[in-house]
Amino acid sequence: MDSYFSILFTEVYKILFLLVPVLVSVAMIVWLDRRVWAFVQKRRGPNVVGPFGLFQSLADALKYIFKEIIIPASSNKLVFVLAPVVTMTLALISWAVIPFGEDFVLADINVGILYLFAVSSLGVYGIIMGGWASNSKYPFLGAIRSAAQMVSYEVSIGVIIINVLLCVGSLNLSDIVMAQQNLWFVIPLFPMFVIFFISALAETNRPPFDLPEAEAELVAGYQTEYSGMMYAMFWLGEYANILLMCAMGSILFLGGWLSPIDVFPFNAIPGPFWLIFKVLFLFILFALVKATVPRYRYDQLMKLGWKIFLPFSLFYVVLTSSFLLYFDLLPGK
Amino acid sequence: MKISRLLKTIFMIDFVTGLLIAIKETFKAKKTINYPFEKGSLGTRSRGEHALRRYPNGEERCIACKLCEAVCPAQAITIESKERDDGSRKTVRYDIDMLKCIYCGLCEESCPVDAIVQGPNFEFATESREELYYTKEKLLENGDRWENILAANIKADSSHR
Repeated sequence: MDSYFSILFTEVYKILFLLVPVLVSVAMIVWLDRRVWAFVQKRRGPNVVGPFGLFQSLADALKYIFKEIIIPASSNKLVFVLAPVVTMTLALISWAVIPFGEDFVLADINVGILYLFAVSSLGVYGIIMGGWASNSKYPFLGAIRSAAQMVSYEVSIGVIIINVLLCVGSLNLSDIVMAQQNLWFVIPLFPMFVIFFISALAETNRPPFDLPEAEAELVAGYQTEYSGMMYAMFWLGEYANILLMCAMGSILFLGGWLSPIDVFPFNAIPGPFWLIFKVLFLFILFALVKATVPRYRYDQLMKLGWKIFLPFSLFYVVLTSSFLLYFDLLPGK
Repeated sequence: MKISRLLKTIFMIDFVTGLLIAIKETFKAKKTINYPFEKGSLGTRSRGEHALRRYPNGEERCIACKLCEAVCPAQAITIESKERDDGSRKTVRYDIDMLKCIYCGLCEESCPVDAIVQGPNFEFATESREELYYTKEKLLENGDRWENILAANIKADSSHR
């Protein structure tokens, strides 16, 4: 019994040690997103609460907590309440397998990338549940759009992951990072990196693919009927997902916690910092794209996903595998 | 599709150019002011919070002609008048519902004695609706507080009236 509790407590301690920084960085990343967006448009952005407005998200969260939660009379109450919980839980549990450094990972499982892929696929359920349970036009339309969009782009992300796995020969995320010691995969697989980045934008419903919540057409999409803390949970889940996609991009293509070159001033910086730098770099790119590119039309989005990205990444799988086979570079030999 | 167009699409030239422009703009000077700490300039005719003015000897300007009440498109003004002991007609009640008011400035325009005016103050947010139901006392107090600016504004604008 004693050993059971000691294991339980160490695990809970570890989970808190992971989740609290993730939630804090989600709050910070919302601030960064708004700030970058404002800077591109020559505005100032949130700069009043705390130094440089850093605590703006905390102030917002406080506001959401004190707001009333309105549950529509015609909604399916159980599913309506469950939807934001599902979204946020799914966004957070995927962080368990993200390696922040050598032996610095909560769950070093052998099928890490498969787990990540499965959990991010499940993410669509929160949105469908929210849109369906609201029993209202705009949330429903938003949920339909979001479901189709996320499923379509998941396919090309899956094929892109196959490309990386061909070069690594393992599904373990730490192995994927260690395989990039000599050469980051962003160089040989550059087109795949670009397609991954664009698919990640679509997967997380970020502009220019924010059709599920296109405010000009659907008010706020699946979030229309939500208020107070439930809305904030959707919001947190969404940004945690964005952060996760950035982390996934930096692990698959940008060498995770590895320093760019293995010489003194660079390799003295601890691994987690390199991962954070890379995630931040990708996130700022996300924010810049949001500020620059106008929204896609829905048929253009579908055409891009199915007719361009999927065939091209499939072609690249053939290219990568034949290259590896011809030059006898296949891993695990 | 022309070849050059196709190449542009494949290498995402337009997208990258846009991104570079966005990065360049990021480092330019801001076009907005740092609002609560620095404020923009206001014209002499800016229509903000209402005020009832007095003559320099302390007498109320308002003669209870009720032109402002009649002209108000939102019907936000309520006036009751009574004859005073010295025979002059004065208001006993002058209420403006600041939540109904649309800040059109017609009351100020219709006033024959420049009594009701809209001052430059637009930061009078409150925590309850009741506080925005302005009475005569509140309006006169506003007039006393802003008199210098109000008089200067009316004087500056007099050639256009």
